[in-house]
Amino acid sequence: MSGTLTLNKITAQRGISVGEAAKKIADLGWNPSYVQEAMTFPTDYKITKAPKDPMKQVLRSYFPMQEEKDNRVYGALDAALRGDMFRNVEPRWVEWMKLFLAIIPFPEISAARSMAMVGRLAPGEDLRTGFTMQMVDEFRHSTIQMNLKKWYMENYIDPAGFDITEEAFGKCYATTIGRQFGEGFLTGDAITAANIYLTVVAETAFTNTLFVAMPSEAARNGDYALPTVFLSVQSDESRHIGNGHSLLMSMLKEPENHLLLERDLRYAFWQNHAIVDAAIGTFIEYGTTNRDKNKESYAEMWHRWIFEDYYRTYMLPLEKYGIKIHHDDVQLAWKRLTDKKYVHKVGQFFAVGWSANFWRIEAQTEKDFEWFEHKYPGWYAEFGNFWKWYEKLSHRGQTNILFNGDVGYVYPHRCWSCLVPCLIREDIVTDEIDGKLHTFAHELDRWTAVNAFAGEYQGRPTPAMGRFSGRREWESVYHNVDMADAIKDLGFVRTDGKTLVAQPHLRFDAKEMWTLDDVRGHILKSPLETLRAMSPADREAHLAEYRKGFTINPCN
Amino acid sequence: MTAVPNVSVGSGAAGAAIFPDSDSRRYRYFEPRAKRATHYEDVTVDVQPDPERYLLQNWIIAFPNGKGAYYKDATAAMSSNWHAFRAPDQEWERTHYQRQSKIEGMVQSVIANGRKSGAPKAFDKSWVKILQTHLGAWKHAEFGLGTSLMQAQRYGYTQMINNATLTNSSYKLRLAQDITLYLAEIGMDIPGFDDNAGKHAWLEDKGWQGTREAIEAIMGSGDYLEQYFATNIVFEPLVGELFRSKFLMQVASPNGDFITPSVISAAEADYERNLANAIDLMHLLVTDNQHAADNKKLFQGWVTKHVAFANKAAAGLQPIWSQPHSKPVQYADARAQSVERIKKILGELGLVLPKE
Repeated sequence: MSGTLTLNKITAQRGISVGEAAKKIADLGWNPSYVQEAMTFPTDYKITKAPKDPMKQVLRSYFPMQEEKDNRVYGALDAALRGDMFRNVEPRWVEWMKLFLAIIPFPEISAARSMAMVGRLAPGEDLRTGFTMQMVDEFRHSTIQMNLKKWYMENYIDPAGFDITEEAFGKCYATTIGRQFGEGFLTGDAITAANIYLTVVAETAFTNTLFVAMPSEAARNGDYALPTVFLSVQSDESRHIGNGHSLLMSMLKEPENHLLLERDLRYAFWQNHAIVDAAIGTFIEYGTTNRDKNKESYAEMWHRWIFEDYYRTYMLPLEKYGIKIHHDDVQLAWKRLTDKKYVHKVGQFFAVGWSANFWRIEAQTEKDFEWFEHKYPGWYAEFGNFWKWYEKLSHRGQTNILFNGDVGYVYPHRCWSCLVPCLIREDIVTDEIDGKLHTFAHELDRWTAVNAFAGEYQGRPTPAMGRFSGRREWESVYHNVDMADAIKDLGFVRTDGKTLVAQPHLRFDAKEMWTLDDVRGHILKSPLETLRAMSPADREAHLAEYRKGFTINPCN
Repeated sequence: MTAVPNVSVGSGAAGAAIFPDSDSRRYRYFEPRAKRATHYEDVTVDVQPDPERYLLQNWIIAFPNGKGAYYKDATAAMSSNWHAFRAPDQEWERTHYQRQSKIEGMVQSVIANGRKSGAPKAFDKSWVKILQTHLGAWKHAEFGLGTSLMQAQRYGYTQMINNATLTNSSYKLRLAQDITLYLAEIGMDIPGFDDNAGKHAWLEDKGWQGTREAIEAIMGSGDYLEQYFATNIVFEPLVGELFRSKFLMQVASPNGDFITPSVISAAEADYERNLANAIDLMHLLVTDNQHAADNKKLFQGWVTKHVAFANKAAAGLQPIWSQPHSKPVQYADARAQSVERIKKILGELGLVLPKE
């Protein structure tokens, strides 16, 4: 027998190459001549050059690959249960998953919808399969994440909060930030939303912190399910990044797009920073019990993923195509995460508002303080007393921290643009839109709402651009309403009709759990409504005072 | 490392402590269709919110005309409860990939084994011409429906409607690619096989222009529900099944081709699921306690419009039935069956087939 004889040589048959297959599939499209396709996705961009698909994607290999990935995910979930994962999981961590997993399935499915938009607007059919795969991927992500949440609900010690998840998503004062993120993928100018905001910035830059950094922290807290699901999700993202980049390259060919690209890259980077860093930064830094000083802080990870990887290797090279990149914005975001302690101010804000949440927030302790001070010098002086207060006021019978005048916390104004409050107090700015006063967390947020989301940009008509709408300041919905009534209206009450879903501690004991009666008698106020009601002089004085910040009183 | 739980009861597992709602282990914000929510419902219902369920602050980004991300008048149909629909196929990501993956495996095995045994070379010569020209043209029809449904899945008012539309699009685009690659592969075994003949026929041949016009009419609609309706309620029974089930599936094997029916068979099962989903949704709308009459009138209009296109398409394809060497099925019989089929479908919705 010949040494070179192999079964492969006997059974092999000639096939078509991947490149040839992709080429034939791209030829499925045609230009309609009987009835023109309806132009239902408005954009101010001009795209004439058909984007190329460097990944040569075909569905024949896609579906089996995804099924295999799914098999691994669901097998791992079964294994986690067999290994009694929940006996060792950190409840501090899983509680924050009630917020995270309430938010994320909506942005995911919004991304599926937005593939309709880029699929329709991109000339040619080369990338159609890529967009199709992404559409089905996002359907995957949305339902696999809903499944994970259901799994937590079925197996974690306190299912309350998971059990109202999608209702809570539509109502909560924290999830409103996530809705801004998800609606941004599919509303307004189709290219701004589906290509720049979603793919070029959110997926290319920020999914690294969302879907890579966060799972690492989950594993450190005994949660092996989240990494299993989310690293599988992230494995789809490289294809999405390719889709986005290819379409971006097509748009760069048209010089008249450059102004809009500059606008949208600026808006999308700043708002992704404001929203994703607020949420994911808080989950990673405040949802963990692991205080290993050798691990990277969120800021350090951000520098690696966003600054080094994204800014230096993706954004900067766009300059050679004539796009103005706002380097200062990236530096500013970095300063906000480090010097201005953005994430910590967000964590503090969520904690102050715990009673209007739908998950438990546990106090940070001495062990946590040491790590924070090590990673973020100056942290203890600014936040140490607050968390001591938080622990002290976590017991029933104490006055809700949101209304407790002894603490010294000043409830913040809400940013009309990113919907995260104006937490870096000195940066607050105001402006009017259609004659109405609004507050903004930063000048770039003001620019986003006033200049970018408008019908004209630097003298150029932008009729397709979206507008900020709705009752964007959450607090105005419950202006002058008793806290207990607001919580009841939100539906954040357990099925006994009195115990709050949210709790400021991890004590799984009915006696320790706050009820509506424990929070009744305090009236919510909308900072914006209050500001609008002031005279111009009082308003200026108020804002000057606001910019000075506040000091938390010592807690003994 | 093993995390050390910092919790009073020493465990994060279900049942480790008893307190209010420690046993609340079902999503309690929606009414399941049956007594207990299905897995599909749990991972689907209300993921796409709206001001009725539960957007306290309404949509927070709007289009320039003031409309939010999703709006009811993206279709002319009306409903007193858009949220009632549940897809009968209960598809979510896992079942979708399992099904699509199995189909791809089956199709590739059939093609590979057929080619190994030299089957394409044994195809009747006139049948080969039919495959390269007419199956080659048909792949563009499937692609057109797939892209049209991809557009439609952006606009439905609920997650249930949009996901059913999305999977329908995925099935159609898979089939279009399956046919494309199938023809390319058997083309390598058949001397003189012209892989471009299908596209040419689709764009130029008189017989295919009715079908192309019918597809373009669906693609060109600005009403997502009309696209979904026209695809599944009208085009598929009158043209899709006519060509796939009543020509390709039945005529292939008498002409020496046992491969094509397997490649196409998956599409017939796809359609059964998509039809079930579409009928359920349309049935809800024609029995709506407030808008039944308006919806019926609207749908009857869509039937009239798209049946006219579909009839023209079917008539254009008629000569194909006489082209094979072996002719086990007559066009008139096939057509009569597809007319019966659409009558049944329309009957379920209280609609009537317009007279030709």
